[in-house]
Formats: sequence, structure tokens, C-alpha cells
Amino acid sequence: MDTGKDALYQQRIPIYPRSVKGRFRNFKWVVLGLAYGVYFLLPWLRWQRSVGPDQAVLFDIAARKFYIFNLVAHAQDLFWLAGLMIIAALLLFFVTGIAGRVFCGYFCFQTLWTDVYLFIERLVQGDRVARIRLDKSPWNTNKLLRKIATHVLWLVVAFWTGLTFTLYWGDAPRLLVKWFTGSAPFAAYATTLFLTATTYVMAGLAREQVCTYMCPYARFQAAMFDADTRIVAYDVARGEGAQGRHKITRELKTREQRRQQGAGDCIDCGFCVQVCPTGIDIRDGLQVQCISCALCIDACDTIMDTLGWERGLIRYTSEKASEGKKSPVWKPKTIAYGLALLIAIAGLMWSVSSQAPIEVAVIQVRQPLFVRLSDGRVQNSYELHLENKTNEPVDVALMIHGLAGAELDVGRFEAVTLAPQRSLHVLARVRCRSNHSEKGSRSFFLDVIPQKRKDIGMISVSATFYMPGARR
Amino acid sequence: MNQTKGKTGGAVQTTGHAWDGDIQEFNNPLPSWWLWSFYATVVFAVVYWIFFPAWPVANSYTKGVMNNITFVDSEGHKKTMHWNTRALLIKELQEGKTAVLSREYMDKVAAAGYSEILGDPEMMAFTRSVAKGLFGDNCAPCHGTGGAGVIGLFPNLADDSWLWGGSVKNIETTISDGRLGFMPAFGDVLSEAQIADTASYVLSLSGQTVDAAASARGKAVFQTNVGGCHYCHTPAGTGLKSQGAANLTDQIWSIIDVNGAADPAAKKALVEQVIAKGVERRMPSWSKRLTPTQIKLLTVYVHELGGGQ
Repeated sequence: MDTGKDALYQQRIPIYPRSVKGRFRNFKWVVLGLAYGVYFLLPWLRWQRSVGPDQAVLFDIAARKFYIFNLVAHAQDLFWLAGLMIIAALLLFFVTGIAGRVFCGYFCFQTLWTDVYLFIERLVQGDRVARIRLDKSPWNTNKLLRKIATHVLWLVVAFWTGLTFTLYWGDAPRLLVKWFTGSAPFAAYATTLFLTATTYVMAGLAREQVCTYMCPYARFQAAMFDADTRIVAYDVARGEGAQGRHKITRELKTREQRRQQGAGDCIDCGFCVQVCPTGIDIRDGLQVQCISCALCIDACDTIMDTLGWERGLIRYTSEKASEGKKSPVWKPKTIAYGLALLIAIAGLMWSVSSQAPIEVAVIQVRQPLFVRLSDGRVQNSYELHLENKTNEPVDVALMIHGLAGAELDVGRFEAVTLAPQRSLHVLARVRCRSNHSEKGSRSFFLDVIPQKRKDIGMISVSATFYMPGARR
Repeated sequence: MNQTKGKTGGAVQTTGHAWDGDIQEFNNPLPSWWLWSFYATVVFAVVYWIFFPAWPVANSYTKGVMNNITFVDSEGHKKTMHWNTRALLIKELQEGKTAVLSREYMDKVAAAGYSEILGDPEMMAFTRSVAKGLFGDNCAPCHGTGGAGVIGLFPNLADDSWLWGGSVKNIETTISDGRLGFMPAFGDVLSEAQIADTASYVLSLSGQTVDAAASARGKAVFQTNVGGCHYCHTPAGTGLKSQGAANLTDQIWSIIDVNGAADPAAKKALVEQVIAKGVERRMPSWSKRLTPTQIKLLTVYVHELGGGQ
């Protein structure tokens, strides 16, 4: 190993975050509870459907159908996912512009899982001081058992995380049984074990290094910051006073004494540093490692409450507000982000609510492009892809319009019935008289008319008829 | 990180040897991650030898343990053998999810009659998707991917003219037994004038502009034993399907490109050529190469190409 100055690898400095109680910690527990509740229980939620699986959320790759409660997204609806991504991006811009790295601090799965892993660590090895002592102590049975127990529990959480993700892609109860009896598809094992490994490594071993070194969001969120963005900040003026921060001593006990001697309100207890999951000192100002989890606010508030001084030495504030200037939340940038976000949400909701009940695609048979018939007419053929996205069978009639004198032939069917949530391919032949003036291609419409279903209107799809011109 | 001389100013260890007095060798050990990966591949290889076919031994090889694959061979016997990709493929083709699903449909189509298949949109969709592959493998080399054929060589299957009949029964016979299309050459039997007159008459049958007098003379050749054309092409010129004789009254020409000819003289010349030289075309029999179900699927597919009869 290179110990020179040009080392590219920096050894991780272990961080032992101390536990803290407070409003933000409580909020984080609530978010964690909700997120875990949704993530781990959703695959088990059953749902009544007339057609399809009885699982509320199921992504069926093989059948190219994505069941999300009462919504069934088909392969053609995949662009909704793009819409969702756009909304997520705009939401990130919007929220980050107003309140900084809210996502990082409260909602990011790296933060949530690290929180759980820290909780396990604390449960088995004790709080900060106990953990430091344990790490420094020589290896003995107690240390070994505690370390093993921690890692085993971490692996259990990691495994259940990976397995739960897998359960979204198949019928959860059956897939679970198959998984443990060795008859699940390879992809199920690969996905589960891969996510087990990544969860264990990211939340257990890498932790804050993921945010500091790996995560692109952590870096580009800074681009959305401005002087009005709410950040977790230390009130330097109040904390440092004229002479800087100072521990509580006999001479510097009350605020009056401290004021007189020029000491600030910060008693340099170090609690805010000890609770920080990324191991920074917020008193040094805004730093790239800060994920805005606000645990240092809880820590400082606890101390201030004990001392009987007002809270807020560390608080959510903006650069401008901390300088005593006006710092509005709503400004052209945030309003523009907000509007864009609303438009994207409205667009997606409109798109989802107006999902076509029947999807029709017409693919022209191009080999041969046209065929001359014995009576001198010309025939073009079309492959019709019909997909019924409703939960009831739909009878459809097929017709054409816009091509004078043309005749449609779909074969010997009396009716074309589209089974619920199924698709059907039908070969349609169109025959048309040919004369020289009509040579070239002409547009016409293939009409799919649902029978006995007034709620679904006629679907007309434009198609092209190739006319080779009259015979010489 | 590895150390090199340039980076750390010559602080690298040497192996301790010196050749020719001053030639020394730097000791730059491989990175440990690399070494461990290497050891891991060695371990993997040893495990692989145990479980998979690996080592050649005389004229055989080690088969590996606990890796048997059981499948049904082409004779219907259950066969178990050691792991190999061929057996794996056969098994997958027999027991794979899609294989099972498509067999279910295949059995349904195999048991159904033609009118049943033609009247059921779902069975039709399945038939067309499977038969498209069969057609591409077996028929397309001559008839073209879309069945459009080649004028003079292979009939167009996508139009509505059927030399041997367009019913499913006729098409099935054509595919399974093959066909021999034959028209004798009249070049040595009829005079040039007679051939020219007959050509005029033939063209008139499908509404082409011809010399009326020549056409009348040709009619006499066509309808009597002078030419004897009516035996196969029928007095009306619509052609006997049992002989594969072309319908001369419609707009379809499968031997010569009358529609593409520049002027009436050229059209006539083309027809004269056919009368003088005759035609012989052969479609091979497929009954020994394709299963009855495959022929059934192809029959429906070809029937649907042009709309069938």
C-alpha cells in the first residue's frame, strides 16, 4: 500500500453516530415507518380483480402487464414511467430549491436503511461510547458475539429487502415458497442475492461514503441551492459571540456572564458532531457531506432546553435569513419549478385517466405491398393488432372508410371477440378498383367499432393503400 | 497501489539479485485483489471439474456428477444423460414455459377442422404466427416471403387466382402431394400463323385489344382438335383446376408478364412464346418433410394470403 502523499484512496474514518431524541428524529422515525410499511407489506396486499392476479401491486414482465391497484399498465403505457421520472426530477428540483436536501435527509433509501442498520448496531453493541470502546477492546467472546450478531441481523434485513423487491415481480406467496424450495426462476435468486449484497455493503459498510463519493444526486442538488434555500445551519453570531464558543465553566455559567465575557451561546459540548451520521461539524458551515438530516438540530435543541436557553442555535435557515435579510420561499425560480411540477402531474394524471380501453395498431403487410386480383382489382393486406385493456370481453366490428369502392375482408369470422386484458392479431385484406388516375398511395381509415359498448367509442386508425395504377 | 520507480523516486524494493554486476529487478508484486481473483478462478475451475463434463480421458471424458438431464428423444424414449447444452436445449424445447404454452395451442389446432380454425380469430392468429415461420423456412425460397412468387417460375400465392384450386382441401393436397404443371409445346405442331392467331384469341379472352379477324381464326384453333386447347383450358377459357390449367379469362398471368408488356404486339409475342414452347413447372411433395399438423397450418396460412376460396 502506498502511504505517500499521492494516495488515491482515503481510509475511512469510522463514524459512531450517537443517538438523539427530538422533533426531527421523530419525524424521521415516522417517515421510516411509513416507507418500510409500504415497501415490505405492499407485495402481500391482496386485491380483487375480475381478470388478472389478486395482488395489489404486481409487475408481470412475462405478460408485459403492470398491475397497480385498479390500474393495469400495458407495454404501450411504459411512457408513464418516463412521466413519473420527470415528476420525480421536478419534485426534487422544487423541494431542493426551497428546503435543500430534504430528499437526502428524510426519504432517500440510503438514509433510511443506514438508519435501520445504525439502530441494529446500537441495539447489539450499545450507543456511541460503548461502540467505540468495543472497537478498541481486544477480541474476546463478548466482542465476537456482538459483532457476529450485528452482521447477521444486518444480513437478515438486507436479505428481506432483496427478497421483498423480488416479490413485486411475481405472485408473492407462491414466489416466496418457490424461492425457498429452490424452484424459483434464476432471475429471482440473482435479484434477491444481488440486492442483499448491495444493501449489506451500502447500508452496513459504506454508509456516508455512498453520499459523499458515489451519489450523483448529492452533488447536483447543490446546483439548485441559492441564498434563499433552507439549510441546516449554525448561528455563528449567536454561538460564537465576540470571543468564540466556550465550554461551561464556573465563571461562564449563566448567559449574562457569558455575554459580559464575550462568549457565545455554544457551549462546545460536541453533541451536534457526535450525532452526525456523516461525521461533520455543522459549525464549520455548509458542507458537501451534509445530508440535511437535522439530527444536529435535535441535539442542540436538547442542550439548549437543558440550559433553559432558547432553541435554534442550529436551525433551518437560509443564507439570507441568517444575515437578517428577507428570504422569501416563493420566487420566480421556485414558482417556475412548482408550475412545471403541477403541469407534469396533471399531464400524467390525464394520460393515466384517459388510457385507451382498446388499443389498435395497423401494420401494413409489405411483402408483397399490393397484389393484383383476377378481376383487375388491387388488394393490400394489413395486420391488425387489437388489444383489449378492459376487464370484460369486447366484441368489435371492423370496417373501413375513406376509400371509395373498397371492400374489407377479415376472413370467416362472424364476430371478433377480444378477451379481457388480451390482445389479438387479425389479418385484414382491403380490395379496391384500380384505374390510372388513382395511381400512388391513398390514406383511408380502418375502424374498430365496439359492439354493445356505448362507453367505448369507435377507434379509427389511419392506413395507407398502395395503388399500382391501371393496366396498360 | 503499486509502486513504480518514477512515482516514488526509486524507493521500490528489488528482488535482491544482481546480474552482470548492476542489472537489478524491481519487485512489483501483483495487487492483492488481482491475486485473490486469480485464486478464486482456480477454485471455481476445480469445482467446475467435479460438476460438469471437463477432462478428456482416452476416447471418453469425465462426465461430472449430479448433473443429469432427462428428456424425451425423437423416438419418444425417455433419456437421461450428463449435462450438455444440446440436451438442455431439447429439454427446454419440450418443457419450457413457452413450449408448454404453444403446445397447448398446437394440440387445439391439430384437433380442429379447417372451418373451425378459419372461424376462430384466436386460432387463426396462432396459426398465422406459427405458419409464418414454417412458410419462411420451407416455401419462401421459391414463392417469396410474402408468397408473391416469380412470374414464369413460381405462382403468386397472395392473389386470388388458384391454378389447382383455392379451397383448403385443394391447397392441402397441393402441399402434401406436390404438383406437376404441364402444357405441351405446340411450336412443332402448329404453324406460326396459327400460333399468332391463337395468341390473339387468348388475349381477347381477358379483354385485351386484338385484331378481330385473327382472334376469330385463333378461336377455331383453340376450340377444335387443331390446337385442342379447350381440353384443359375449357371452351370458356377458365381452365380446369384438376389439370392446373390457367384461367385465361382473368387478369392474372403467372407464366408471362402480360401486364408489364409495353404494347399489344409485345403481349402477343409473349403468349405466342408460351404456346410454342409449352410450360412445365413442378412443386415438390411435402408430406414426408412436414407433419400433418404443419401442413394444416401452412394450408390455412396460404389460404389466407390471398383470401382463399
